[in-house]
Amino acid sequence: MMKKLMLATAVAACAAGSIAQAESLRWARAGDALTLDPHAQNEGPTSALLHQIMEPLVMRDMSGAMVPALATSWAPSEENPNVWVFNLREGVKYHDGADFDSEDVVFSLNRAMTPDSDYKELLASVKEVRAAGPMTVEIETDGPNPIMPNNLTNMFIMDKDWAEANNAVKVQDFEGGEETFAARNANGTGSYKLVSREPDVKTVLTANADYWGSGEFPMQVQDVVFTPIQNQATRIAALLSGEVDFIQDVPVQDLQRVAAASDLKVITAPQNRVIFFGMNQGDDDLAADDVEGKNPLADKRVRMAMNMAINREAIKKVVMRDQSIPAGIAMPPFVNGWTKELDVVPETDNEKAKAMMSEAGYEDGFSIRLDCPNDRYINDEAICQAAVGMLAQIGVKVQLDAKPKAQHFPLISNLETDFYMLGWGVPTYDSEYIFNFLVHTKGEKYGSWNGTRFSNPEIDAKIEALASETALDNRNQMIAEIWQVVQDEQLYIPIHHQVLNWGMSNKIDTIVAPDDAAKFKYFKLN
Amino acid sequence: MLAYVIRRVFQSIIVLLVVGLVAFSMFRFVGDPIDNMLGQERTDADIDRLRTQLGLDQPFPVQYVKFLKGAAEGNFGVSFRQGRPVATIIAERLPATLELAAVSGLLAIVLGVALGVLTAIYRDGIASNIVMTLSLIGVSLPTFLIGILLIYLFSVELNWLPSFGRGDVVQVGFWSTGFLTASGLKALILPSITLGLYQMTLIMRLVRSEMLEVLRQEYIRFARARGLRDKSVHFRHALKNTLVPVITVTGLQLGAIIAFAIITETVFQWPGVGLLFINAIQFVDIPVMAAYLMLISVMFVGINLIVDLLYYAIDPRLHSDKSAKAH
Repeated sequence: MMKKLMLATAVAACAAGSIAQAESLRWARAGDALTLDPHAQNEGPTSALLHQIMEPLVMRDMSGAMVPALATSWAPSEENPNVWVFNLREGVKYHDGADFDSEDVVFSLNRAMTPDSDYKELLASVKEVRAAGPMTVEIETDGPNPIMPNNLTNMFIMDKDWAEANNAVKVQDFEGGEETFAARNANGTGSYKLVSREPDVKTVLTANADYWGSGEFPMQVQDVVFTPIQNQATRIAALLSGEVDFIQDVPVQDLQRVAAASDLKVITAPQNRVIFFGMNQGDDDLAADDVEGKNPLADKRVRMAMNMAINREAIKKVVMRDQSIPAGIAMPPFVNGWTKELDVVPETDNEKAKAMMSEAGYEDGFSIRLDCPNDRYINDEAICQAAVGMLAQIGVKVQLDAKPKAQHFPLISNLETDFYMLGWGVPTYDSEYIFNFLVHTKGEKYGSWNGTRFSNPEIDAKIEALASETALDNRNQMIAEIWQVVQDEQLYIPIHHQVLNWGMSNKIDTIVAPDDAAKFKYFKLN
Repeated sequence: MLAYVIRRVFQSIIVLLVVGLVAFSMFRFVGDPIDNMLGQERTDADIDRLRTQLGLDQPFPVQYVKFLKGAAEGNFGVSFRQGRPVATIIAERLPATLELAAVSGLLAIVLGVALGVLTAIYRDGIASNIVMTLSLIGVSLPTFLIGILLIYLFSVELNWLPSFGRGDVVQVGFWSTGFLTASGLKALILPSITLGLYQMTLIMRLVRSEMLEVLRQEYIRFARARGLRDKSVHFRHALKNTLVPVITVTGLQLGAIIAFAIITETVFQWPGVGLLFINAIQFVDIPVMAAYLMLISVMFVGINLIVDLLYYAIDPRLHSDKSAKAH
């Protein structure tokens, strides 16, 4: 009897133990973070991992709304419109126990402005960052910058003393020949501490018991084990077999299988990324077409006809298996400047399109090459293949040239393509970011991704003025005007907004973040 | 003998240099690393600056000579993707690939030779015919498909074995090994079957046909006539004489196992040099690609050399030729 009782107690103890046991979350996605150096790579998976360990002054929550992180409040200075004042959070400690203060912010932002930093463009307007007190920081820009905080949501703060002690003052560079300490070690203020890291193999995090936000966020995930799994089928198999609890980048063809498994679910939300085609409208003649001495894409009617020929619903149904939101504008729906009216999906009307083609003098059509990546966006090559068939209906004979992204993107930067696919995400959630890179005339500082050769000095001036227009109504008015021109000119042919799919065990309770960055402090476990 | 070795080593060096040159001339077709290294917000000025800094604006022969100079000093440069010295990264990743290749190779040789001999001896048995038919699958199915099928069966459906990774590894000095933990050993099973299956069936079919050939020879009949036991006839007389071609092929196949581990490693997310190479191609990580290709060619050249020497040691005719000449 005694024995039985002891056994029962032991069993009960074990059961209780397993319930009280810290919950760990095994997480997989296609790619690993490239580095832990917070300013070396401005890239999705890198920021997503760093967000667990380090924090910016302000950040985006899982719904995409801007919320306080290391700064508790921020506002433009009353004395000087060129200055933003950030009040920092008191009592925050780094993982090694050091105190967080304004010195660290000044150090980190200056580090992010050095030539080797990947974030310097976002801080291009910054003249000086200074501490106005131990818990106050002032950022002075070369003119009023109304959206300064938007630029800081991935700008991580590191401890100055730690960086100095570990020879990590400089941003990791590729020429030096030595690994920066900060590339594989991290000392942040974030909700999770780095336990171990093998690049491309495994990264282990554990909850930071001294986190300032312990009471504010659920913090139910105790340990995070992150493994990149490149192969789609293996990633899905790992989720189906229960070896991982949470995966990103679920291939669209496997969504049904995951959803059908009794202990798994797929959650979906529009992503902050729009897919579109760009056309060379500026050159006098195109290299990759069969029209001599003329550029058919320079004719607005041709661009509009091509836009009209794309059947976005069909792409959504057939290519994307319903996992896309057809778009009428090259701007993700979260961005300041987006309206329902602008994003109305153009109707597919081949008769009207053909009429416009013959009006423009191309009743027999023309042929052109479409450059497309095949490893960058969801089903990128298949979308292009579908577009080839659709454009053929109005006489535009398209030869598709699909390549890996490492070969595709240089074509756009070097202006070697006349018709190309591009996808764009907007980290600042503001139209200005789109205009700077995609609409402004290509040059040293602006327009580096504008492969359309579109150049309008009036629009350029307006885009540059956006940076320092502080009256928000005025600014929004200007944004609307610029979009009007972009739409009227048919600068781009928008295809769709990508949709994010996260596959996970039923025990996880979360929403999908539009920037694809899961922040585990928000995760709840059932 | 010594002159032969020296000549072969000299030839090998030339082969290596040519491989390197061809590799470097092809990197430009893989793509441009600059776009991956700089973020979406880069300006044209940044692109030019980084290109000059990395020396990518120079013609490829110049880049190649620079690489050779560094390599001669044991410095293979810094990975564009990870920002760490390439030599360190490869040293970290190599144990995983070598352990996988060793297990697959062992599996292929032991099972291949055993099944080959058995199917040759019992050539008309039902079991032999089944094995021969199944071996066709091993030869004809592509590696990635076998890998996915094994994952589907043993991980997803049966839940017996892990679908990815190396399990827990133990660090012994610089070497990380998966041999010492249960999860490490379990993780080895599926990838090594996937990787070794093709080689196993190849060796098996080769041993079988060689064995059948030998069993028809006069001296085997004489051996039987002398009343020697079957075991002695099959293993002492027949098998030994089938081994010369088998060793040549097996040696080359061992090289292939390491080189073709790329696909298996990608399917199983096995953290070896093959996966490293795939990542390097996607990112256009030139220093890693260059170092990996050199490593693989050094290995192939080395294995070829060893096989030649083994050939010399095993085949008695080569010795008798020499003694004949001496007369």
